[in-house]
Amino acid sequence: MRRAVLVIIAVSLMLMGCAHQPQKWDHPTIKRIETGVDPNSWALVPAGQFFMGQFRNLNHLKNIDYDYEIMVTDVTNAQYAQYLNQALAEGKIKVEGNDVKGYYPGEEFTGYRHERKIGPGYYLYYALERPGSRIKFDGKTFTVDQGFENHPVTMVTWFGARGYCQFYGWRLPTEAEWEKAARGTEDFRAYPWGNEITPHHANYDLSNKELRKILGTKHGITTPVGFFNGRKYGDFQTEDAKSPYGLYDMAGNVWQWVADKHERMSDRFMKGGSWMDYDIYLRIWAYNSSLPWNYYINVGFRCVRDVKENPLDTQEKKPGEVEN
Amino acid sequence: MKFIKERLEYLFSSTKGLVLVAISMISLVTAIWGTLSGPMVEWGVRDFTVRLLGMKLDPFFREGRIIMLYHTIAMAVIAIEVYLMTSIIPMKKSQKWTINATVTVGYLSSMIFGLGFAYFGRNWILHGLFLFGLSLMFFTGLLLAVALWPWNKAYRVSSPEYAHTKSGVDLERVAFFTMVVAALGSSLFGAVAGAYFGNGFETFLAENTVRFAHKTPLQLGIIGHLHIMLTLIAVAITLIVGRWLDFKGIYHKIAMPLMISGTIVITLGVWMVVPFELIAHIIIYVGSTLIMLAALMLVIYGWRKLIRERLNELGIKKAGFFRGLKALLHDPLKFGALWQMVFMNFTVSGVGIFMAVKLDEIFRVWPWREERVTLTGHWHVLAALIATIILMYYADLVGLKGKLRQWFGWILIIGSDIAFAGATIYSLKRLFINPYYQEPLVSKIFLFMDIGLAAVLVILALLLLWRLFDLFKGEGVWRREKENPEVEVAKTSTVAE
Repeated sequence: MRRAVLVIIAVSLMLMGCAHQPQKWDHPTIKRIETGVDPNSWALVPAGQFFMGQFRNLNHLKNIDYDYEIMVTDVTNAQYAQYLNQALAEGKIKVEGNDVKGYYPGEEFTGYRHERKIGPGYYLYYALERPGSRIKFDGKTFTVDQGFENHPVTMVTWFGARGYCQFYGWRLPTEAEWEKAARGTEDFRAYPWGNEITPHHANYDLSNKELRKILGTKHGITTPVGFFNGRKYGDFQTEDAKSPYGLYDMAGNVWQWVADKHERMSDRFMKGGSWMDYDIYLRIWAYNSSLPWNYYINVGFRCVRDVKENPLDTQEKKPGEVEN
Repeated sequence: MKFIKERLEYLFSSTKGLVLVAISMISLVTAIWGTLSGPMVEWGVRDFTVRLLGMKLDPFFREGRIIMLYHTIAMAVIAIEVYLMTSIIPMKKSQKWTINATVTVGYLSSMIFGLGFAYFGRNWILHGLFLFGLSLMFFTGLLLAVALWPWNKAYRVSSPEYAHTKSGVDLERVAFFTMVVAALGSSLFGAVAGAYFGNGFETFLAENTVRFAHKTPLQLGIIGHLHIMLTLIAVAITLIVGRWLDFKGIYHKIAMPLMISGTIVITLGVWMVVPFELIAHIIIYVGSTLIMLAALMLVIYGWRKLIRERLNELGIKKAGFFRGLKALLHDPLKFGALWQMVFMNFTVSGVGIFMAVKLDEIFRVWPWREERVTLTGHWHVLAALIATIILMYYADLVGLKGKLRQWFGWILIIGSDIAFAGATIYSLKRLFINPYYQEPLVSKIFLFMDIGLAAVLVILALLLLWRLFDLFKGEGVWRREKENPEVEVAKTSTVAE
């Protein structure tokens, strides 16, 4: 009996020890890895029908009757920091303590169960100085922790993702646009590259162990965007895991916020799975969801833009360009 | 030839043999299919199993596969409960034989053909045979309900110590009967929705819809079905354990009306989820409270009885707290079956209530994927706890004694509880650790869970290996069980025959 009590106490102490967490975020750095994929590139997705979701039957045959372009990679920390600097200079965002906030015009509230009221006002865009934040602010400028420049931005809320895309005249993809871009139209595949998944295709639960060696970290984290492009990093040979339209990281690395607002729901959806997830969450139709003001260490986004008939007739702002 | 005939007779005609076959089938399925997930994937065992057995794990059909796997294991568990019920509840021999035969063909068909369809190439003939198996399970329920008819005068209570009406109707029998009728209705509830989704082959896991504001009536039907079926399996095992411990006296008289009314209320509450989702939850809370109170009566009665009997054995008339506790812990199998019901409150009911109370404040702040982990975690734990209770009863049935009984019982209790506590902590980890720092904690929790589960699986494997080798002996335990095939319990009424 006495032994049993001792064992229980020992186990409890061990568990309590595991729960220890440091308070201050010290912005660790890592070695920068180049993937050769340009985060500023876009891919054209032509208008047409595609099968959306898990089931291949006519009920799920959808049509997107316009061409659109989508970012080849997730938005990176460097891109997001650049946006924050531009937006701060233009007065489009503000910093309150460790919260970067921006304006959202609000939306319809029906009072349905679990629905949250989202009125017009300033909402959290980016969470600074929290464990996992890779962007820091010195009172004037936003900078990125060394080595994380080409990693996908995380700790960004749905508002922050939307704010980024809107700032440049783009928008978040709808779920349908995202799925079409991930799957293409030629066949009915489970992952952007086909129907098989191995740790060499994407950054997910099963590849963490191998990736740690390359990234030089103690635990799993994001990989630079476009990492799984057929290159060899040390002894680790990646597959060229792009989607039919040439998109990278449409499965794994980080979940990606999508635009859709579902009726009577405040949650926003995410697609693609992340480095923390099992392969089942990387399937094209899989999803995750959360309230639009939440931020996580494994959630980012990418943008889409409409294809202009006349490329000169554009109201887009170029990254790095500040309005006076 | 005689060698095989005798053993088959034992395995498929005695209650103890039938239970052994069903436990072995579940163990076999668990051992093989357990290699397809968790750390086994990382260790490459999944790939080995898939290659060795020629499994086809198409990513499009994972949800369907899992639903069939759950169903096949559930059918075998139901079969075990049916075997025990036909043995411990008075009924005609012909009824018992028919019920046992039907349920055996039912669960074996659904298990063999269901897994064949789901994991080995989606042959639709196998799917048809899987449905045939499920239909037989339903038919078993009908036969059981007829056999259990509580108002049959042949089954009036024989001792005033058991709960009964003024006219002598056995309330424990009513509780069993109510559970069976509720299960019949609730399986139809799932079958209607299942037929729709199965025919269109648009299967989904209920936890995937949890945050949708709008759920179709058929989706709600599926959600209701899975909750009530697991609840009714838990009600059945509670009643069975009650008979094992000869549940009687004032606690029995309080518990049986609670169990009957609780079963009715919770079942109606679940059925009402489709038309009146909001109010249905309140009704379900009322029903579950009644059932949990009934289970509490059993635990109080059972623990008091264990202490009393052990102290009597030792010739002690008065004992303090520690002596009482020692007496309570003397028999890990009987103590454990009741302890697991208590432990269930920490890992299942408690978590469920906490989730309900703090849903918007905590769980809906987490990403859906984390809420899903908690949801799947709590019902996996409930199902596994029920399985350990069955194993404890089975270990008692096969006559484990002395040190073997102690080792088996305590490893089962400690191993499973470490694993389930680990699963609960894992599912609630965001309450006490930032996700950025969670990995070391998660690794440690997984280690504890793996050790706990491995301990349980090893002792189960040893038990089954012993039973397997025993079958090759001329005068093994199996022969004793063949000659004495029924579960020995004190019955609430006289046997009609």
